[in-house]
Amino acid sequence: MSLFVTCIVDQVFPQVGIAMTQVLERLDYQVDFPKAQTCCGQPAFNSGYTEEARTIARHFLNVFRDSESIVVPSGSCTSMISHHFADVFQNDPKLLAEVQALEPRVWEFSRFLLEAAGVEDVGARFDGVVTYHDSCHALRELHIQSGPRKLLAKVRGLTLAEMGAAEECCGFGGTFSIKFPEVSGAMARTKIESIRKTGAATVVSIDSSCLMQLQGVIDRAGLPIRTLHLAEVLASR
Amino acid sequence: MNAPEREIRQAIDDPRLQLAIYTATGRLIDHRAGVVSAEALPHYQALRNEANAIKKHTIENLDYYLEQLESNIVAHGGKVVYCRDGEEAADFVLDLAKKRDLHMLVKSKSMTSEEIHFNERLERHRLEAVETDLGEYILQLAHQRPYHIVAPALHLTRYDVADVFTKELGLENEVVIEKQTKIARGVLRQKFLQAGIGVSGANFLVADSGAIVVVENEGNARLSTSAPKIHIAIAGIEKVIPRAQDLAVFLNLLGRSATGQPLTVYTSFLSGPRRDTEIDGPDEFYLLLLDNGRTKLLADPEKRQSLYCIRCGACLNHCPVYRKIGGHNYPWVYSGPIGAIITPQFHGITGDTWLPFASSLCGACAEVCPVKIEIPKLLLKLREEVAQVKRNEGSDGMGRFAFQLFAWVATHPKIYLLLASFGSIFFPFVPHVGPLKKWASQRSVPEPAKQSFHQYWASRGGPAKRRGNDGA
Repeated sequence: MSLFVTCIVDQVFPQVGIAMTQVLERLDYQVDFPKAQTCCGQPAFNSGYTEEARTIARHFLNVFRDSESIVVPSGSCTSMISHHFADVFQNDPKLLAEVQALEPRVWEFSRFLLEAAGVEDVGARFDGVVTYHDSCHALRELHIQSGPRKLLAKVRGLTLAEMGAAEECCGFGGTFSIKFPEVSGAMARTKIESIRKTGAATVVSIDSSCLMQLQGVIDRAGLPIRTLHLAEVLASR
Repeated sequence: MNAPEREIRQAIDDPRLQLAIYTATGRLIDHRAGVVSAEALPHYQALRNEANAIKKHTIENLDYYLEQLESNIVAHGGKVVYCRDGEEAADFVLDLAKKRDLHMLVKSKSMTSEEIHFNERLERHRLEAVETDLGEYILQLAHQRPYHIVAPALHLTRYDVADVFTKELGLENEVVIEKQTKIARGVLRQKFLQAGIGVSGANFLVADSGAIVVVENEGNARLSTSAPKIHIAIAGIEKVIPRAQDLAVFLNLLGRSATGQPLTVYTSFLSGPRRDTEIDGPDEFYLLLLDNGRTKLLADPEKRQSLYCIRCGACLNHCPVYRKIGGHNYPWVYSGPIGAIITPQFHGITGDTWLPFASSLCGACAEVCPVKIEIPKLLLKLREEVAQVKRNEGSDGMGRFAFQLFAWVATHPKIYLLLASFGSIFFPFVPHVGPLKKWASQRSVPEPAKQSFHQYWASRGGPAKRRGNDGA
């Protein structure tokens, strides 16, 4: 079982990758980390630079060609690989076939736990009230909605408080967040208002990019809310 | 053209406007959710699939269905006029008004007429066009364009309307909504009786029966199309559907998606002028079939699905970007996600190049689209076209360079790791698309990690660690 930690977790949130490793190893998985891994190419793809995205995607295919399964701590990066690599290679039958063979082996972390490992209770303990933010690509492209909630429900000491409009975007959107900072910031503030109303001290998601956006605005507003990746909650004892 | 940054900031910084948009669209979201739920409409997803399939088939056989539509309309005693653009449409109406010596027309709501600046074109030639939909009437008085495809005056509160009425009609400051409606009704009733021509849009053009279908809630479309002696309908060529029975699919979806109504208050099926046996209705009926760039869109097999749109506005209501920047900051009358994909296709990719990028690609639009237009996919396609055009022009400067560099770094793991040890692989973006300044204008900057995951993995000595080895 191979980890693809994504560039953002590698560079900014390594603790998420470490937590994911802990959870998987506690389930007795032999975890492997292919060292040549970098990025899935989504920043280039979403900016219209398909040729550059193709270059990066080809590298990904080379690195993970022999992996039995690939576990990713992000709905967005998982969807890039499982849904959009096919767009990237639509005119390249050979690589398209390779992408199609790869697709069933790529797992978003929470889905891997529930559907591949078949566990809902990973033995975690986390005291407090948390709320769950549905990240857009996980929700709408991978149809992940109840899974992370099931995992959270089994965490000892944890109370899940649902926010209103949990499915509303946090406003990150990759380069959108710096091309349209005011719009992106306003979207995040609306989201945080929904989070604040739950009274939860922690907001959990399966995408670190959403959490980076939300934590940035939370800190700017000086609110007593922290953001945690699902893996970090599930690694807690 | 660049994004209207100053106007966008103004909209975001206006708490009254923000509340108006968020509340109105939020209400439409809730209403829709209630009538498309599994309990309310168990076959909702099947209807969407069917709507998509019918639209796909029709758009791919548009010539056939337009000819069928025309021959059936002619058989009912109506006339079909093909208009290349807004000028041809306006010229036809002006010419007809001149021949019949008519000086005023009433209009029901029509985005297609907004698209071609119909009223302005007529008024330049002293032909008065009066909007009779309440929202459109308010906007006409206020000299504004629609803020939303379905709810044109969505951004105005009753206090704003009171100001408009006071200024334009010279009435006392009336803030009670029911009384405002009565004022408009009083003015408009006279216009219906005086007008020589009634102009409407059309939600559907039914090929096999030669009928046009108009949905509305106020009854003004019914009056506009039946009281005056002449009825002129304006519709884009993509509004045609093959059979009357297809309405069972589309009428079930349109009202629900737009306003959360299982059906709108009025659904009019109009087929030609008054017959001898009928007591009322117009003496003449004309259907103006507008191209105005639509045939251009037909050429692209992937993007032509943009023409499936039935103008329900659901994508606007659910779009978190529309809900912040509002309808007037989009360059064309079609705002929100549908506007973002059709504007560059109608006006050219080099025009408003910012538009396809003004999206977080959250996908809420595609999720609610009743005809299943793949809006995020088309946004990505258009982004690619913008990047390509800029590449060919050599005008993409640092953008291309940044991504080429990023791709090079991301395919050379040793370089990636080396850069990572200096702090960031994201450095190519810093001077161009990722100025830290822009990030920091809204949010705190995350603390860089002391050790990347790559470094962590190297330090723990690779795989094959067993349970509990991380000191958990």
